[in-house]
Amino acid sequence: MSAVLVLVELAGGAPDRLSAEALGVAGGIAKAIGGEVHAVVFASASEADGAADAAPALGGYGVSTVDLVAGEGLAAYAPAAWAAAVTQVATAGPFAAIVASGGERATEVLAHVAARVDVPMAANVVSVLPGDRWRVTRQRWAGSLLEEAFLDGQPRLLTVAAHAVPALEPSASASAAPATVTRVDPAITDADLRARVVGHDMTAGDSISLADAKVVVGGGRGLGSAEAFAMLDELAGLLGAAVGVSRVATSLGWRPHAQQIGQTGTRIAPDLYIACGISGAIQHIVGAKAAKRILVINTDPDAPIFRRASYAVIGDVTAVVPAISAEIRRVRGGG
Amino acid sequence: MRILVLVKRVPATGGRIVLADDARSIDTRYLGFVVSPHEECAVEEAVRLIDANGGESVVLTLGPTEAADQLRDALAIGIERAVLLETDGSDWDPVATAGAITDAVKDLEAAGGPFDLILAGNESADSGGYQVAIRVAVALDRPIVTGIKALEVRDGVATARRQVPGGADVYELPLPAVVAVREGINLPRYPSVPGRLRAKRKEIERIVPERRPGGPTLDRLQVPVEQEQHVEILGNGPEAAPRVVELMRELGVL
Ligand SMILES: Cc1cc2nc3c(=O)[nH]c(=O)nc-3n(C[C@H](O)[C@H](O)[C@H](O)COP(=O)(O)OP(=O)(O)OC[C@H]3O[C@@H](n4cnc5c(N)ncnc54)[C@H](O)[C@@H]3O)c2cc1C
Ligand SMILES: Nc1ncnc2c1ncn2[C@@H]1O[C@H](COP(=O)(O)O)[C@@H](O)[C@H]1O
Repeated sequence: MSAVLVLVELAGGAPDRLSAEALGVAGGIAKAIGGEVHAVVFASASEADGAADAAPALGGYGVSTVDLVAGEGLAAYAPAAWAAAVTQVATAGPFAAIVASGGERATEVLAHVAARVDVPMAANVVSVLPGDRWRVTRQRWAGSLLEEAFLDGQPRLLTVAAHAVPALEPSASASAAPATVTRVDPAITDADLRARVVGHDMTAGDSISLADAKVVVGGGRGLGSAEAFAMLDELAGLLGAAVGVSRVATSLGWRPHAQQIGQTGTRIAPDLYIACGISGAIQHIVGAKAAKRILVINTDPDAPIFRRASYAVIGDVTAVVPAISAEIRRVRGGG
Repeated sequence: MRILVLVKRVPATGGRIVLADDARSIDTRYLGFVVSPHEECAVEEAVRLIDANGGESVVLTLGPTEAADQLRDALAIGIERAVLLETDGSDWDPVATAGAITDAVKDLEAAGGPFDLILAGNESADSGGYQVAIRVAVALDRPIVTGIKALEVRDGVATARRQVPGGADVYELPLPAVVAVREGINLPRYPSVPGRLRAKRKEIERIVPERRPGGPTLDRLQVPVEQEQHVEILGNGPEAAPRVVELMRELGVL
């Protein structure tokens, strides 16, 4: 009777990684309340047939019904238009909960829905306990702090924190029934299209490579000057690494913000993060949580970053880093 | 043009978060306070737009009486007026916060004329609800874009860029509008000494906001257990370099 609605974004015919995380949480809620999982999927008019072909396979993710929203007004992304469509699907429900991923668009669309329907929304949830009053655990401070909260409203609206819960794996068994697909023609007004994407600028930004880099060389206030970053560039060049920095380095104008790691910068996930002259404030470290190993170079063995480090060199970065670069050259030159 | 900027006072937590005894708030006895870097950039953007186009800028926060400090920080770099929706310092949920801000915007606009632009941060630094600006925009029936890293305003139209993998999406929206920005949209200036003195003398307009029910309702905070790492000290100073390079070989990153 009661169902959970999930916003699903498809990539190559399957839910993208963050949507698969949201589907996992939605499945847990559905099980707890004894209901089904429905998905809402968006497609522009030209993508609609492809999405209609792909949608039944959402059955493998526990989805019973897909509301495929396709239409003219959806050719370009417009947050309010997407929200209008979700609201339309939600009103036809009833749904006990609407779940979106931690993706930028999904979060934004759900916040619009929350504002339209005038119900609360919990962002960046990591666990849900339905009951008389629903309890959620959600991230604050980008995940450095957890909050247990009561989530009321009809329906309950929540987004799932990115990379904090497992992505749901599709069931391989042939017994997974294909999802039923219903096409929805949303009623979108001109007002819903006031803020919309009118174009793309594909020249900007190098922070993507920072997010994907296998090795990151990071620098902070301990470098002492903009000029000193040349030695980090050199080491990064030798390692094929990306350069990342702390907020102090960007606020002082030493480095562009695109290189900032942390709560208000980029999240990195390298095999090795070499953090030089960085103290390890929680807002910095939260951006390096996914790093497999951290090597710290710092003069102060009591700096908080040592608590997260696997390896450390205690010393002046302006002496240690050039020595490492020289040693790499030496061993490479010597074969 | 008239611009309103929304900022929120939060503790600068440093290396570790310590909770108050009731686990419902952060122990802030030894901490300083700031606004989110996103909001600092919103303030800077407002100052630049008014410098370029003329007009008036107003900064507004909902928070305890001490949040006047963060308003003065904004006044010190060139915002003209400051409004404090004064609370008792307890946690206001996003529904209540957005409701009170919407009420205040209506009052301010009735008295001083409409705001062409309302600027906010993409998310508050502490609670990170990702919604107050959107709720305010919807309540005022104005278009909104979030996550913005570049903004131009010309002939009643705002053009805004949001970073996506490989580049940026370009949005256009007619004014009046709401724009939520991210750090990196600009490099905020530091206040000058005369700026600070001027801010000190300015009067902060205080309003007691009405609190409506909403949610989510905070019950308890919890610091996630971090596995303390065992740190292997590779050495002191430049003499450690051979050991570091050996390690890089072992890890396969060389
Ligand atoms: C809401 C909010 C969001 C934030 N977001 C971010 C963010 O996204 N990213 C971010 O980085 N910060 C962020 N910050 C700022 C953060 O709190 C810290 O202020 C910042 O990370 C500190 O930068 P740092 O480590 O370079 O400087 P410091 O904290 O000053 O540390 C410098 C370190 O260098 C060491 N050192 C000094 N000299 C040398 C030397 N010669 N050789 C070796 N070591 C040396 C010192 O021992 C010290 O550990 C945010 C803050 C707030 C409040
Ligand atoms: N208490 C507040 N006072 C003024 N503005 C706020 C307040 N809370 C949130 N905002 C604004 O709304 C944005 C989004 O906040 P949030 O929804 O909490 O993530 C923030 O970056 C601020 O610009």
